[in-house]
Amino acid sequence: MTPPADAMLRIRGLSKSYGARQVLRDIDLDVQAGSVMCIIGPSGSGKSTLLSCINHLEPIDRGRVWVAGELVGYREHRGRLHELPDREVARMRQSVGMVFQQFNLFPHMTALQNIVEAPIRVKRVAASDAKARAIKLLERVGLADKQARYPAQLSGGEQQRVAIARALAMDPKLMLFDEPTSALDPELVGEVLAVMQDLGRSGMTMVVVTHELGFAREVGDQLTFMDGGVIVEQGDPRAVLAAPREKRTQDFLSKVL
Amino acid sequence: MVRRVTEPEAAQPVVPLRHPGTWVATAIVLMIVALAAYSVATNPAFEWPVVAQYMFDPEILTGLQRTLELTVAAMLMGLLLGTVLALMRLSQNRLLSTVSWAYIWFFRSVPVLVQLIFWYNFGALYASISLGIPFGPTLFTVNTNTLITPLFAALAGLGLSQSAYTAEVIRAGIVSVPAGQTRAALALGMRRLMIYRRIILPQAMRVIIPPVGNEVISMVKNTSLVSVIALAELLYTTQLIYSRTYQTIPLLIVASLWYLIIVSVLSLGQHFLEHRFRHR
Repeated sequence: MTPPADAMLRIRGLSKSYGARQVLRDIDLDVQAGSVMCIIGPSGSGKSTLLSCINHLEPIDRGRVWVAGELVGYREHRGRLHELPDREVARMRQSVGMVFQQFNLFPHMTALQNIVEAPIRVKRVAASDAKARAIKLLERVGLADKQARYPAQLSGGEQQRVAIARALAMDPKLMLFDEPTSALDPELVGEVLAVMQDLGRSGMTMVVVTHELGFAREVGDQLTFMDGGVIVEQGDPRAVLAAPREKRTQDFLSKVL
Repeated sequence: MVRRVTEPEAAQPVVPLRHPGTWVATAIVLMIVALAAYSVATNPAFEWPVVAQYMFDPEILTGLQRTLELTVAAMLMGLLLGTVLALMRLSQNRLLSTVSWAYIWFFRSVPVLVQLIFWYNFGALYASISLGIPFGPTLFTVNTNTLITPLFAALAGLGLSQSAYTAEVIRAGIVSVPAGQTRAALALGMRRLMIYRRIILPQAMRVIIPPVGNEVISMVKNTSLVSVIALAELLYTTQLIYSRTYQTIPLLIVASLWYLIIVSVLSLGQHFLEHRFRHR
């Protein structure tokens, strides 16, 4: 199987189980370069697991994932997939940024140190260059004055914006967002969504698992609704949200809206 | 019935509950302390001049130095081996984690004193120790009794059992770091060893340092157990002296004073270390 050149992310036939429980069932997904894909669905529908399969934080059982035309986590040999060694997987992850629900900033480092850590240690960027870049990124997320703060001294919204800057510092081709605003106080959600909207407008390819339907409608190019480990419905966000075709999508939206 | 309270009355400060019992207890404790101090100072059997005479005796100072060396060496062994054991215990490999579990179980269950005597008598178990190729030729052989000196037995007894305790402390420290930290670091393209070194261990230190500090302090005192295998650390040195001079009590006081001094200094150091690793 060969991936098409234009899809930044392509997933075919992806399945995954935890023991006897199948969490993902035969998932197909395409995300074009420069577009924003939003994934919605009830909790336990497999959205977050799907995201973790894209950068191989979770191994998969069958199927294939390509990022920028490169098979993720495995090497194909005589029609079978063989898991790649850590070194290869780590190299691939450099080009896929990830933002977590719980921010997961490193608490023993300042905002600036959080951002320069991976560029310096992993990409071997010169410290002065990494720092200059980090300061630009902090300006971009509106936190230029907070570079010396530790995560515990920042609000949730500020921490999440630092986490976005940290992911961007590796110059990823694709950004994954795993419910980035779900752990935030309501008044802090807007500042994070604004940064993400700005990022999407600037041409970053993004996959966003979210409960923010407004964001999906305004910023998303595509919307995927998942339930029970399968993709139920997919399409233009405005169309899906306004007039869902599937019964399960209608039920979910009627509860959420 | 509710009495109306007038304005000036309401403005009076409240009277807190008095605790006369506290004062009585204080008086009693002070009296006991004073009596004890008086008796310690005036009872000639304490032989304070002898204490002063031996406090900085070269023989005692050599024993003190040996106690400090043993403490440092056994703790270093404990930390190094303990880190390896902790990582083995956390390994995905069932064999590694089981071996580590069994080691920790064994060395925490057998008293250190028993282990010391056991190592000291290791020669009874294996009269000689050979190094060679398994089932092949022997390269060289030594007599166990020349290899296992009191120092060797002391280090084995103290260090091996310490590593079992330290392993548990380090494991608890590593486990205390949330899994999200590893996921975030992996997502940035970092690899296992770097994640341990840069992300996990610095955070685990906060949990590891206080108990390790306590264990250094325990180790200072545990080194006195080594006196049973005739290694001239602080306690055994004092024993050697009082077996000649029969000044048992004053020499034990000398040893106690030195233990007090070392432990006090270490406690102070621990306080500063903990402060340093506290999160901002």
